[in-house]
Amino acid sequence: MSLVLRRWETLLAVLLALFVALGTALSPYFLDTQNFSDLADDLMEKAIMALPLALVIIAGEIDLSVESMLGLSSALLGLSFGLGLPLWAGIPLVLLVGALGGLLNGLLVTWARLPSLVVTLGTLALYRGLAYVVLGPRAVSHWPAAFNAFGFGDVPGTLVPWPLLVFALLAIVFAFVLHRTWIGRQLYATGKSQEAARFAGVRVARLKTALFVLSGTLSALAGVILTARLASARADNGQGFVLDVVTAVLLGGVNIFGGEGTIAGVVLAVFVIGVLRNALTLADVAPDAQSTAIGALLIVSVAGPNVVGRIRAAWRNREVLT
Amino acid sequence: MTSASRALAVAARLRELGIVVALALVVLVTTLLAPAFLHLDNLSQILLSVSLVAIVAAGETIVVLTRNVDLSVGSMVGLVAFVTGDLLKQHAVGLPEAILAGCLLGLALGGLNGLIVTVGRVPAIVATLGTLNVYRGLDFFVAGGKEVSAYDLPRSYLGIATSTAAGIPALIIAAAVIAAVVAFVLRSTRPGRALYAIGSNPPAAETVGIPSQRLVFAAFAASGLLCGAAGVLWGSRFGTVNAFAANGLELEVIAAVVVGGVNIFGGSGTVFGAMLGAVLLGTIDNALTLLRLSQFWLQAIDGAVILLAVGADASIRGAVQRALRVRGRR
Repeated sequence: MSLVLRRWETLLAVLLALFVALGTALSPYFLDTQNFSDLADDLMEKAIMALPLALVIIAGEIDLSVESMLGLSSALLGLSFGLGLPLWAGIPLVLLVGALGGLLNGLLVTWARLPSLVVTLGTLALYRGLAYVVLGPRAVSHWPAAFNAFGFGDVPGTLVPWPLLVFALLAIVFAFVLHRTWIGRQLYATGKSQEAARFAGVRVARLKTALFVLSGTLSALAGVILTARLASARADNGQGFVLDVVTAVLLGGVNIFGGEGTIAGVVLAVFVIGVLRNALTLADVAPDAQSTAIGALLIVSVAGPNVVGRIRAAWRNREVLT
Repeated sequence: MTSASRALAVAARLRELGIVVALALVVLVTTLLAPAFLHLDNLSQILLSVSLVAIVAAGETIVVLTRNVDLSVGSMVGLVAFVTGDLLKQHAVGLPEAILAGCLLGLALGGLNGLIVTVGRVPAIVATLGTLNVYRGLDFFVAGGKEVSAYDLPRSYLGIATSTAAGIPALIIAAAVIAAVVAFVLRSTRPGRALYAIGSNPPAAETVGIPSQRLVFAAFAASGLLCGAAGVLWGSRFGTVNAFAANGLELEVIAAVVVGGVNIFGGSGTVFGAMLGAVLLGTIDNALTLLRLSQFWLQAIDGAVILLAVGADASIRGAVQRALRVRGRR
């Protein structure tokens, strides 16, 4: 019982319930299925990028370039489609570019041994710049109806948006791989101690490179989905997303220094952020001002347990002394 | 001086020399292609546009030296710029009070960052990612879609940025003075050296009795104070301030610091290097404009410069370590 209560995921579930209650109190439309469907729509690109980023952070690295890879993917898809390349060829092409972008990040981190924080800060600027080089300030619209339907339509007969289905399937695969396979165990081992993991036979460089490739590929996929949902390919698509994505992963209980975290936590955190933003929107708080709440939530979620832990430790010491 | 510290000093000088060489190359190529580049007006324009980034980068250097990072600088500059401008617009206070209020607000915001990191034990990257959002959100609350325009502001305030002394714009002088003061503190004072110690080996710094927590707090507070100063000057320079002011500035600032050879993992680097980094990036931006290269290449090139700079850092550090090992064996 106390073990369940002490788990981070339990706390997130309580927060989620709290925000749903808050939203319901604020507006009778909050519990409307359509509202929930819209809420999910807005979240899914960020949610899809949060999954591989969680693995990257658990392995002790970081990838800040995800939002720019999303933009580059959107711009490339727009360019190739505008040039007459059909989508069945264009989408695999941008996913491949995403993988290559991730490979560059991965090689710079593992082979050139540069810190991932700086490498991906560099590629954050580089990939966004390339997106502008590719498409300029234009927007490509006029997409096939089927493509748009994938972006903002629902799975036939349900209220489940297609992107939510993609995210759910990915989340299940990620949870299985991280928590039930040797790959997941190697990830945790690498994040806890890279040296120890290497001596235990983990091919750390290869593992980390693969993670960056995965992160690049899924960021490109998020770019395809966002392009479909907005029915518009633009170089500045997804600008500023990285803050929400990193916030979701850390709020989800993933340790910024690696070695700890669960997919369940990340999924819950994604929805906590989504529901909070939605509730605030219903309360007429502008999206930009909402970031105050998201930022505060992030800080309190990390500082809270630390401060409580220190107070508890001080209390225990007092008992020992008396 | 031991051979080890001499080798490191040489490497550091080599690193700054590298930026100077890169800068010279950019200047040479641009001048050959567009002679207008070397015009005094243009050079002063470059330094003017770099000066605000440089002031913030000086503060960021202090924080990065301690193995921390401050991502909230753009939001602090933006919030201070709006609040200062709004105070003057409402005629609530006189100019000196408004400037003081702006600087103090920056100090308070930076101090809060410091408290979250030291008392809350939140990793700096998480804490300041949080406050980046919080401070920008506050900016939106305060601004509420309004903006302060040059028309609302007293001429004395706008005059700060346009004034000159001995022909040199005040903004450039302000940046140079701030950089010199920070450089002196880091180089020649006890707390300054302690900051390097904290960054290069935190447990060792604790062991020798350095008050790490207090100094890290001070580093964040100093970064906030300099953001306050930059925010006050921001409004004066641009005249128009809305809630988006200085959005994304943190990337430019961290790029300048990293390109300038300050180790992102703390313990080594100089303010002088960071200033050179800011000037190099600003000069490249200016050169691209002059060469009529599409502005769209700008960001891509900035990114490539960051990658090149850290790559050069890593190879220099590797060479120094190898050299030391050889010497050790003898």
